Amino acid sequence: MKNEFKVISDLIEDNKKVLDVGCADGTLMQFLKENKNINVRGLEISKEKVQECIAKGLTVIEGNAEKDLKQFPDKSFDYVVLSQTLQAFLSPELVLDELLRVGKKAIVTIPNFGNWKVRLHLLFKGTMPITKSLPEQWHSTPNLHMCTIKDFVNFIKSKEIKMIKTLALNNNNVSNITNNNLGTKNLFADLGIFLIEK
Amino acid sequence: MNTEKNIKTLIVKKPLKLDCGKTINNFPVAFETYGSLNENKDNAILVFHALTGDQFVTGLNPITKKDGWWSFAVGPDKAIDINKYFVICSNVIGGCMGSYGPSHKDPETQKTFGTDFPVITINDMVNAQYNLLEHFGIKKLFAITGGSMGGMQVLQFITNFPDKAKTVIPIATTSSHSAQNIAFNELGRQAITADSNWKDGNYETNNINPGKGLAVARMAAHITYLSKKGLQEKFGRKLQEREDLKFGFDADFQIESYLRYQGSVFVDRFDANSYLYITRAMDYFDLVKQFNGNLSDAFKNTKAKFFIISFTSDWLYPTQENKDIVIALNSIGADVGFVEIVSDKGHDSFLLDVPDFLNALKNFLDKSYTELKNEK
Repeated sequence: MKNEFKVISDLIEDNKKVLDVGCADGTLMQFLKENKNINVRGLEISKEKVQECIAKGLTVIEGNAEKDLKQFPDKSFDYVVLSQTLQAFLSPELVLDELLRVGKKAIVTIPNFGNWKVRLHLLFKGTMPITKSLPEQWHSTPNLHMCTIKDFVNFIKSKEIKMIKTLALNNNNVSNITNNNLGTKNLFADLGIFLIEK
Repeated sequence: MNTEKNIKTLIVKKPLKLDCGKTINNFPVAFETYGSLNENKDNAILVFHALTGDQFVTGLNPITKKDGWWSFAVGPDKAIDINKYFVICSNVIGGCMGSYGPSHKDPETQKTFGTDFPVITINDMVNAQYNLLEHFGIKKLFAITGGSMGGMQVLQFITNFPDKAKTVIPIATTSSHSAQNIAFNELGRQAITADSNWKDGNYETNNINPGKGLAVARMAAHITYLSKKGLQEKFGRKLQEREDLKFGFDADFQIESYLRYQGSVFVDRFDANSYLYITRAMDYFDLVKQFNGNLSDAFKNTKAKFFIISFTSDWLYPTQENKDIVIALNSIGADVGFVEIVSDKGHDSFLLDVPDFLNALKNFLDKSYTELKNEK
């Protein structure tokens, strides 16, 4: 299981109710279910991935987060997880609002467009950056709204969303992001992981 | 229980009050079982059949001598594995494969009921079938499932008996029969009653059969079970055993010949009055209205695990109507999974060899059964 999922799972206490939005093949869900006795549901747009989840005995609903989150009642989950997908929505702001409506807390992770490798790629090659966490060409990427860790922190602050925990993941090292080190983390982290609530 | 003519029958002694107000008692419910009930009696699956189905789910149907209607899904090692599960299916009341229906004799007058048989509903059907649980001594079914009208019975069953099933799998169905579906059913009923042999439903007394009307009803319905793409790919404009058009009204096209065949074989196995009664039951089905406009209330007392399946090319019970059930369940935090299967075989997809569907069904059942075993 990738390190990101270990970090996410450490943020969630045992026996909670969790919705994994864009749960893919259910790797995180299965881990949460088996190791933390978590009552976990998934929402996934890909039919193939939904089938993989069913084969693992996971409860998954085929659907689109931008349309289908509205069917869940307010605060019906302890945590709603959204892993590296926010940038792929037509309207990330609306999805974020929905996550915080449906979940008492949300865990959102974003690939960091501010990472130095990304910056250098654009600066020296003059083409859209391709990295480990951004593997697709500009014309085939699902990412519509790339942002940096700094962008996301500013956005969260502007929306008066409470940041409970902000973590940077860099080469499997996890560290806290603070006001003092934001610039550095924004340069070196591959991934930002945010535990937020409204 | 009698086993006359290969039909097993449970005589229900308890009176059953029907939605129409009448009460029936001492009535037969014909059923069939597959596999064996284990010692804990926790491996039973109740399958509900659709409009023209019957209790003979799989293997050779002893009456029609054809494969059972769900042979693709039910059998040894299949999606519903009868090496593992005990499958029960019964003929709906109002039907014509042994359960109490319009072709039975009225015990008071000793005349065939015909249209004097009370109008039944999906609710009446499941209440009648519930007696099978007591008959087998099953406290809780492992699963209930069915497609189309079978799915309606699934929804009604878990509503009426919220703690009697562990898992609930409605397939290609709806919680409220749409105007379009009522319209198609009405077309079928009109075809039957317009047949001069129908005789206000008393054709059996006159030893005749409204076969033409019933065949037309079947042909019209059959079109609704397929998709435009499926029809086009299978038949296109291919001609039936002829080089060119004949400039007449014989079946020039293969699709015409196919429909005529479907109509004629149906008449041999199905009763016209039963067709009227069962389509009426479907039309009356409105679980949303039963709960004053809030479908979620139907399911609020159950802890069952739901899995809902729809098909992309099903325009009779489209994905959105299946999703409405998912939405109602999600809004009360129920345990519900949902998948839409890609298939160009239309509404009939649930009866056919559609591997993605059969795999999903098998995986869901087997994983849920393993979980059930681990709980103990």
